[in-house]
Amino acid sequence: MKISEAAEEVLERMWICTNENNMVHVGLRSLGLNETSPQIQELLEIGNITISDTNASLTEEGAKNGRLVVRRHRLAERLLVDVLNTKDKYVHSSACEFEHILHRGIDDNVCTLLGHPSTCPHGKPIPEGECCKKARDELEQVVTPLSLLKKGQKGKIAYFNMKEEEKMQKMLAMGVLPGIPVNLVQSYPSYVFDLNHTRYAVDREIAESIFVRIE
Amino acid sequence: MLSILKKKRCCGQEDETQSDLERIILVGNPNVGKSVIFNHFSDSYAIVSNYPGTTVSISKGKGWIDGKEYEIIDTPGMYSLLPITEEERVSQSYLFDNDPFVYVHVVDAKNIQRMLPLTLQLIEAEVPLILVLNMMDEATERGIEINASRLEQQLGVPVICTTSIKGEGLDKLEEAISKYSFQHVDSKVVYSRGIEYAIESISSLIQDEYGISKRTLAQLLLQNDKVAFEAISQKGEDVDAIKKIIDGTEKEYNNPLNYVLTIERQAFVNDIVENVMTTGKRDVTLTEDVEKSSRTSLRERIDGLLIHPVTGIPILILVLYFGLYKFVGGFAAGTVVDYLEGTLFGEMINPWVIESFNAAVPYPAIQDLFVGEYGILTQAVTYAIALIMPLVGAFFIVFSIIEDTGYLPRLAMMIDRAFKKMGMSGRAVIPMVLGFGCSTMATMVTRTLETKRERIITSMLLSLAIPCSAQLGVILGILSFSGRALFIWAIVICLDLVLVGYLSSKVLPGASPSFFMEMPPLRLPKLSNVLIKTYSRMQWYFLEVLPLLVVASVLIWIGRLTGLFEIAVQLFSYPSQWIGLPAEAGFMFLFGFFRRDFGAAGMFDMYNAGLLSDINIVVAAITLTLFMPCIAQFMVTVKERGIKIALGMAAFIFPSAFAVGFVVNYVLTTFGVVL
Repeated sequence: MKISEAAEEVLERMWICTNENNMVHVGLRSLGLNETSPQIQELLEIGNITISDTNASLTEEGAKNGRLVVRRHRLAERLLVDVLNTKDKYVHSSACEFEHILHRGIDDNVCTLLGHPSTCPHGKPIPEGECCKKARDELEQVVTPLSLLKKGQKGKIAYFNMKEEEKMQKMLAMGVLPGIPVNLVQSYPSYVFDLNHTRYAVDREIAESIFVRIE
Repeated sequence: MLSILKKKRCCGQEDETQSDLERIILVGNPNVGKSVIFNHFSDSYAIVSNYPGTTVSISKGKGWIDGKEYEIIDTPGMYSLLPITEEERVSQSYLFDNDPFVYVHVVDAKNIQRMLPLTLQLIEAEVPLILVLNMMDEATERGIEINASRLEQQLGVPVICTTSIKGEGLDKLEEAISKYSFQHVDSKVVYSRGIEYAIESISSLIQDEYGISKRTLAQLLLQNDKVAFEAISQKGEDVDAIKKIIDGTEKEYNNPLNYVLTIERQAFVNDIVENVMTTGKRDVTLTEDVEKSSRTSLRERIDGLLIHPVTGIPILILVLYFGLYKFVGGFAAGTVVDYLEGTLFGEMINPWVIESFNAAVPYPAIQDLFVGEYGILTQAVTYAIALIMPLVGAFFIVFSIIEDTGYLPRLAMMIDRAFKKMGMSGRAVIPMVLGFGCSTMATMVTRTLETKRERIITSMLLSLAIPCSAQLGVILGILSFSGRALFIWAIVICLDLVLVGYLSSKVLPGASPSFFMEMPPLRLPKLSNVLIKTYSRMQWYFLEVLPLLVVASVLIWIGRLTGLFEIAVQLFSYPSQWIGLPAEAGFMFLFGFFRRDFGAAGMFDMYNAGLLSDINIVVAAITLTLFMPCIAQFMVTVKERGIKIALGMAAFIFPSAFAVGFVVNYVLTTFGVVL
């Protein structure tokens, strides 16, 4: 069922209040509305919000819808800035109109077009969509920690993710460098791998922090 | 520079004297064969083996090259000019302080891509340099060809190809050294703008002269190297201004600067390698090809069996059973010791020595000192030659064979998971296995471990639960009367080892160690190397052990003359009695303090005299194994770990050894276990 634009605006503001400003519920007055406002009535009817006294809070369904509106709004901002080259002062108002158009799948298409951006032009996070998760999983299959390689699988070292600088220094000195071909020989009881003509053995912690691009 | 040198001499790491000869210093990654080259040129001997980090301190010797005498110096392996472990620091500080005739950088030819970065760093340091591509045979076997003359052209320093273990190419190296004269070579590496700018500005701030170029010093400072900072603050350089430049540069880059420098340097190495190295088997005919590949694949197949948990663990048990139990415990402790001690010394040499000595020297007190029950000749020398020599010798033969095959790093990899539970990494397996030979030597090798915490835990466990070969031989010999007795002993020692390791890993602060090790290819041990290495270790052992045994004999003699010995035995007799042993056993523990094996030998005597029941023997063997190590190991622990930690360990080990003995005795007698 389609939610009216005015009701979507309410969901958007409430979602930002609860998720980004850490409020438990939102006063109706602060939204400039009261219990009898049509958009509140609409949201109550479809079970997106609940009201106690003069405070409204999002239901699970409402939070889901609110999140999508925010996502569409911020994606719209990105689209306007990055692709359509819109001037700063028009961005917000245009985005407010745009967000209601980017419905059901169109948002994911825009998201893919923009390369799954993680923030809006103002630096706020864009809630993730299905398409972002899918894209990340695909990328992760290409670049994976050494510890998840299968026996005999080959690749090239992509990057490290070491907590301690000294450990990384040791690996660098020993010749474990990005771009070098790697071949996992064994993964239990320790990880054994070949780099060029040298064989190394490492523990799980180190194997988890070496990332390999599978070929 | 002199002050650093002097300081080092006080620590006892270096020789007393600095000779006037021109010096040749061998440097390079671990396990590339520096020590083989050292042994070829010098009159001294450095131990050679097939695992990284055999050399933990600097060896010096003298040698003649083309009619001129040089001092030749072998350094512990280092991966880069920026050191991480203690032994790398030893090598690095050598670079800072010395003004040698030439550095010989030894690399593994098949791995030049990984090892040339250090060459480029040395060229940047503007030190006199010769590059040696060693292990050419292994490179050829893998179808790798290196154009040495082109490499020489590109680097601007002499490049020599050798297979040092077969003696190939060493004549050319000799020639290169004798002809060498230092020529300035420009740095081969140009870093990105921000780094070059930082290097320039730091260099211009450095006023004094150092053993390495300002460019290199600036790079070390950029990577926050402690030694470099100490050096410049000692000379009163403007440390604050330099730090400011470093901070600024760090902000410019997203990654740590040592990462940036390494990656940028590697790009230059890759260019060079691409130009001089080809991989492929173009020149090899088909039949040779098949032969070679079947040889490598056999090596790989054996390697696969060794590192696979399903086959690797049974192989490990077989190695321990035949190597330790059958050869050291059975053959050496049984057959050889029986003959030497019982027949040769007991029946032939000692009666004659005692008789002739007594005839020549009529004073009973002096007689007692030399040929009495605990005399220098009758006890110290007899034990050293008849008991300890065969045991330690047998162990070192086995150990030398094992280490030359390259099995130890594989063992380290297999056991890392289990060792982690005890606060150690797989790397600690090397000192632990060596501890079965001589814990004193093993405690010195703990230097190759990376964190202080790991070094403490390993030395602690070495002191506590690892019996050295001499002790092990005697204990296995005595306990062999019953399989059950041997089993109880082994289980209790293992449990104590695991428990104390586990507890200390919980108690000691600090992060758990990481495990990262190079696994050298499996190689067939060379008999000559095994023999010379065993000989050298035995020689070292004897120089350590014989004086201590003599001192022990003298102390016992003084103690007995003055009555102090009685008091000490009395003192030890109480805890002995608590664990169910006769009061005379106090004696054994007192001996054990002078040398572990000495204590075991004392137990051997009591056993022969029929003073101990079966349960007594098991309890005594357990307590003695867990007991404070010999005085030599205690002294090395003090030197390596510091007096506080060493005393702390002693304070734990003394009571805990007796406590475990007490519990075992209580359990065995309460349940009336028959052995």
